[in-house]
Amino acid sequence: MTSIPRRGLLAGAGSALLGLTLAGCDQISRNAGVRATLARAEGLTMAAQRLILARGALAREFTAADISPDFRANGSLRPAGVAYQNLVANSFADWRLEIGGLVERPLSLSLEDLRRRPARTQITRHDCVEGWSSIGQWTGARLSALLEEAALKPEARYIVFHCADRLDPNAVGDRGLYYESIDLVDAFHEQTILAYEMNGQVLPVKHGAPVRLRVERQLGYKHAKYVMRIEAVESFAHIAGGKGGFWEDRGYEWYAGI
Amino acid sequence: MANAADSQISPQPPAKPPPRHSLLVRLTHWLNVLVLLVLLGSGLQIFNAHPALYWGHASTFADPWISMTAEPRGQGLAGITQVGGLKLETTGVLGLSDGMQRGFPAWATLPGYRSLAEGRRWHFFFAWLFVFNGLAYLAWGLFSGHFRRDLTPQRRELSPRHLWAEIKDHVALRFPHGRYNVLQKLIYLVVIFGLLPLMVVSGLGMSPGVNAAWPWTFEMFGGRQSARTIHFLSALALVAFVLIHVGMVIASGPLRQLRVMITGGAISPPKPGALS
Repeated sequence: MTSIPRRGLLAGAGSALLGLTLAGCDQISRNAGVRATLARAEGLTMAAQRLILARGALAREFTAADISPDFRANGSLRPAGVAYQNLVANSFADWRLEIGGLVERPLSLSLEDLRRRPARTQITRHDCVEGWSSIGQWTGARLSALLEEAALKPEARYIVFHCADRLDPNAVGDRGLYYESIDLVDAFHEQTILAYEMNGQVLPVKHGAPVRLRVERQLGYKHAKYVMRIEAVESFAHIAGGKGGFWEDRGYEWYAGI
Repeated sequence: MANAADSQISPQPPAKPPPRHSLLVRLTHWLNVLVLLVLLGSGLQIFNAHPALYWGHASTFADPWISMTAEPRGQGLAGITQVGGLKLETTGVLGLSDGMQRGFPAWATLPGYRSLAEGRRWHFFFAWLFVFNGLAYLAWGLFSGHFRRDLTPQRRELSPRHLWAEIKDHVALRFPHGRYNVLQKLIYLVVIFGLLPLMVVSGLGMSPGVNAAWPWTFEMFGGRQSARTIHFLSALALVAFVLIHVGMVIASGPLRQLRVMITGGAISPPKPGALS
C-alpha cells in the first residue's frame, strides 16, 4: 500500500507549506513598507471618528453601583527612583505640577492649588488596549480651565504629559520614560481632567498618584499616570521616539479611539 | 460536446450566456476571503492580549465566562481553557503552546509572534477594506438585482415540503446544479445581512470613540465587554460557516465550483426540448 506514505508525504508537504505561509506572514508583518501602509488606516479611523463625534460628545457616565471593585492597574505600579519615593513619603506635599511650553503664563501648582481649581467628578469606563474594561469614579481638575489660566500661545497644537515613571528601564535616556500627548480637541473636552481622586479616595499610587490624566474617549494608555509636567507644543516630533507617547513609540496608534 | 462542435461550425457564434457569478460578485468574494483571513488571524492576536471574555460593561476578572490560561502541572505547565464551570486541558492549542502561555497558538495569529500593536494595525486596516468591499457588494447586490433574483427565496421554496426535501437532499449530499437552492439562499442571507454586519457593529461597540458618538453601539449588547464576547462568538460562527461552505463546495464538485467562482462560468444552457 502506497497510501500511507503518500498520505504522510501529503501531510508533510501540507505542514511545510503552512509553515512557509506563516513564516511569510511574519516576514510581511516585519516589513517597514507594509507597516507604514497598515498605519495609514489610523488617519482614516481618526477622521471618521471625529466626523461622527461631536466635539463635546461625552463618554457614557455610569452610576456608583457600576463601579468595579476590581479596577485593574496596568503599566507602572510604583515608579522607581528616589525623587518619586520622596514625594510619596511626604504625601506629595513637595510635588509641583509644571505647566509650560507654548503658554503665556507658565504655572507651578501644588496638589492643594490643583484641588482649588475648577473640578469635575465622573464615573466612566476605562478601556485597556488589551481588551478589558473597569469602571471607576474620578475627581480632578479640568484641564481646559488650567490651559485657559496658562493661556496657550496660538501655535500650540498638542498638550504633552511628562510622567514620573520609567516604564522601559532598558531604553536609553528619555525613551524609557512614560509620556503621552493629546490634541486640543481632547484637551478642552469637558471630561478631560487631571484626576487626584479615585472612587472618592486619594488616588492610589498604583493608579498614578498624585494625578493621572483622564481622556475618556480614548484607550487606557492615553490616560497618563504620575503626571509631573505638562507642556504645550506645536509638534511632538522632537520628544523621545517622536510618535507622541511611550506606547506610540512602540507601534501603538497615537489616536486611540478604537 | 455537441454544442461545442456546433458553435465551431456555425458562422455566427451564439450569444454568450450570462455568467453564473458576475464579475463584481467574484471580485468581492475573493477579496473577502483574504480580508476575513487577515481579520481572523489579527483578531486572535488581539484576543491573546487578554484571553478571557466577560458579559456586561466591565470585566469581572475573577469570573470570566471563558478564559485561556496556563497553570503548573508536574514539572512544567498545562494549558487550561475554562468555560463556565467546565475546565479543559488544552495544552498545545489553547492557553499554552510552544512552551509559552498564550490564548491561541502562533499558527492561528497574525503575526505569529506576540505583538498586540501589529495585530491591531492589521486588524483596523483590513476592517476598512472589509467595510468598503462589503459596501461595494451590497450596492451591487441591490442595484443589479442579485439579491432579488438569486438570493430571495421564492414562496414555493419556503413550503415545509420543499424545505424538507432539500434538507434530505443535503444530508444525502445530492445537490441540484444551477442556481442556489433555498437552504443556501437562507444561510447566505443570514451571513450577509446578519453575521457580517454584526461583526462590524460589535467591533465598533468596543471603540471608546464610537461609543461616545453612538452609545447604541455598546448599549445594544449590554456593555462593551458583552460586545467583545459577541464579536468573538460571531467570528466563531463565521468560521463555522466557512467550514461548511467549503465542505459543500468539496461535496458538490470542487474543481467545477472553484472554476466557476473564478471565471464566472455560465448558466447551464436549456436542455433540448425544454421550453425557453
